[in-house]
Amino acid sequence: MNDCVSVFLTGVGGQGILLASEILSNAAMLAGFDVKTNEIHGMAQRGGTVTAQVRYGQKVYSPLICEGDARVLCAFEMAEAVRAAHYLAPSGLAVVNQYRIIPVTVSSGSSTYPQDIKETLRKRFPRLCYFDATARAAEAGTERAANVVLLGATSVGLDLPEETWLEAIRKTVKPKFIEVNLKAFAAGRAAAQS
Amino acid sequence: MNSEPARDRLVSLLERAAELKELLSGNEAIARGIYEAGVKVAVGYPGTPSTEILENVEKYKEDVYCEWSPNEKVAFEVAAGASLTGARAIVTMKHVGLNVAADPLMTLTYVGAVGGFVAIVADDPGMHSSQNEQDTRQYARFAKIPILEPADSEEARDFLVAGLELSEKFKTPVILRTTTRISHSRTLVQLRERVEHEPQGFKKDPPRFVPIPAWARPMRVRVEERLKAMAPEVCASPMNRIEWAGKELGIIACGVAYQYVKEVFPEASVLKLGWAYPFPDELIRQFAAGVSRLLVVEELDDFVEEHVKSLGIACDGKNFIPNIGELSPMLLRRIRARMEGKELPQTLPVEEASQLPPRPPVLCPSCPHRAVFAALGKFDVVVTGDIGCYSLGVAAPLNRMDTILCMGAGISMAHGMKVAGEKRRVVGMVGDSTFFHSGITGLLDIGYNKSAPVIIILDNRVTAMTGHQENPGSGLTLMGETTWQASIEDFARACGIKRVFAVDPLKYDAFIELLKESFDTPEPTVIISRSPCIVHDHSGLQTVRQVDPDLCRTCKVCLKIGCPALEFTDGHVRINSLMCGGCSLCEQICPFDAISPISEP
Repeated sequence: MNDCVSVFLTGVGGQGILLASEILSNAAMLAGFDVKTNEIHGMAQRGGTVTAQVRYGQKVYSPLICEGDARVLCAFEMAEAVRAAHYLAPSGLAVVNQYRIIPVTVSSGSSTYPQDIKETLRKRFPRLCYFDATARAAEAGTERAANVVLLGATSVGLDLPEETWLEAIRKTVKPKFIEVNLKAFAAGRAAAQS
Repeated sequence: MNSEPARDRLVSLLERAAELKELLSGNEAIARGIYEAGVKVAVGYPGTPSTEILENVEKYKEDVYCEWSPNEKVAFEVAAGASLTGARAIVTMKHVGLNVAADPLMTLTYVGAVGGFVAIVADDPGMHSSQNEQDTRQYARFAKIPILEPADSEEARDFLVAGLELSEKFKTPVILRTTTRISHSRTLVQLRERVEHEPQGFKKDPPRFVPIPAWARPMRVRVEERLKAMAPEVCASPMNRIEWAGKELGIIACGVAYQYVKEVFPEASVLKLGWAYPFPDELIRQFAAGVSRLLVVEELDDFVEEHVKSLGIACDGKNFIPNIGELSPMLLRRIRARMEGKELPQTLPVEEASQLPPRPPVLCPSCPHRAVFAALGKFDVVVTGDIGCYSLGVAAPLNRMDTILCMGAGISMAHGMKVAGEKRRVVGMVGDSTFFHSGITGLLDIGYNKSAPVIIILDNRVTAMTGHQENPGSGLTLMGETTWQASIEDFARACGIKRVFAVDPLKYDAFIELLKESFDTPEPTVIISRSPCIVHDHSGLQTVRQVDPDLCRTCKVCLKIGCPALEFTDGHVRINSLMCGGCSLCEQICPFDAISPISEP
């Protein structure tokens, strides 16, 4: 495969994954790269797993990521991190939100949510950034900015200049939410660097 | 952190970059192309992955008339009418929509276009959001018309424009075929300005526009002549190109598969087919002669491969490339290894992933459809279902749908089961948009031929599954104008149904009573379950519910309705207050009165 950078985002419908993917792809575009993204729309958004893939580089052909090629896996929900683990490169960074969304299959008794998931994450990801992004977002001003907190942590695993990230946030989110999202991004970056 | 001058420099650089290119999905790029190409009329019916095309055309409504038609056949005919006035016209749909529009397609190919006519058809290999994965390219050959296949967003825009020009030059309808990964991938597009195409108005010419047998016969001949006339053009078109590299392996690739090929076989020569039909025979021969080994990489059917072989050219294709599901660069990597006699180790999901709880799509919290399925669970019935959010009612724990075929079949198949003498009660189920799309004629059949199923029309006032598009019952057009609201009651009565009820299923006990009474009646019944989609219309949101742990006996009856807001953890039932919309269904079915609205702070 060529030298494109691939990022795999995963979570549950309604968590703001598509906005995060848009900010990331705008940041890469502003940094002067060719960019391709892919998202699954439609039926999957009704409470199911939602994934987004972003690739950038001098020239990008495929919008889809190969398994084992993602430089960062950013999971908005713990179980979804495990489900998508095989997309991450062996040396890649896993950013995982310490956050649980119980699927209906668990509530109705047909399956169980793994109890030892933290252990699984530690075992599986040598480079793991695992923290409560929702709490950091609340500190920044709103729980709804957890997606941008996670993006801040993701940015640590990528090589885009910080300025392009901030510009991408200003360009992508609604004007009245710019400040809170810039704070959220900084909080996520700090969490990953600590 | 960053100095102001640096920031200003960056901003000006960014602004210049932004002027040049935008990151657009395939669907957004096609919408842009519709605007730029001077299209006057853009119509369609929603269907994943095609829906966002018209949603984005709406931005250009000052210049482009756009509408959601009741179904794809109507939409196709509207665009055909527009084309005959000389206006550029397009119609959008998903692959199965072309089945509905196949009737006008198969004769518009005789009549031909005046203003450019492009049918934009989005296929769904891998069935992300579809009931089948038919290959639309077969329709192009069937109808003997050109089909164009872009490989990214910029090509999607460019090919739309090229398709309109081709349509006018050869007086033919053209299909622009996308797939899910083209429709929903975002890639860079250079924007252009709109170029107007003023229609000349309809010019009477019966031998051209009226396919009565005497005139249809010469039209039939013209269809074949048209194909022959396109042969040199298809070989010279920039949509088809040879990218020479190594001569050992040559690959013919179409659509998004081209991108995967470029990534996985960087050393191979590639014949990229963007205009695959009519087949560019000379170009294929030239390419095949220049390489030692030829491979065809295409998603779904062996459409190109079969033709290459019919030219007497040996090639690999479906002996390596699956004809089921979508391709991916990972899949091509494995195929490459296999062609080279190696085996790539499977990068399987981690072992722990197999123990994860599945997270399938489900009906939203407070979705009114849930009450209908819960109520039907109390009866021994067969439910013939249909396409929409309510298709999710087939899954556990609701398990209350037994068949799905296509749009409208929920009603017609219920009739079929009744006339076949099915002993159990039969319920046919469709949504409001589906009813307007193709349920009305099925209901007319029930009234006319006197069978007695119970038909439930789930009327949430919007086309919800595809993302809340307007429909004839919504009272709004795509262009944002208010309009008459089609009455399902009036349609039902006009179809000869006397027992017609419009009720709120969240008045749960009364709804069950109505079902019971309807099952005991020898007459057909139409029950309109009327309650707005809670995600679209927030006015229905009520006070969040809570479980009183002292009253709850953990009988888990509430968990049987499959509401995502109800969580069972650590031996207790809880209601997720961020998800709950307060529909009260759980409160109404709780045998111990343990669920109530949260007390106001």
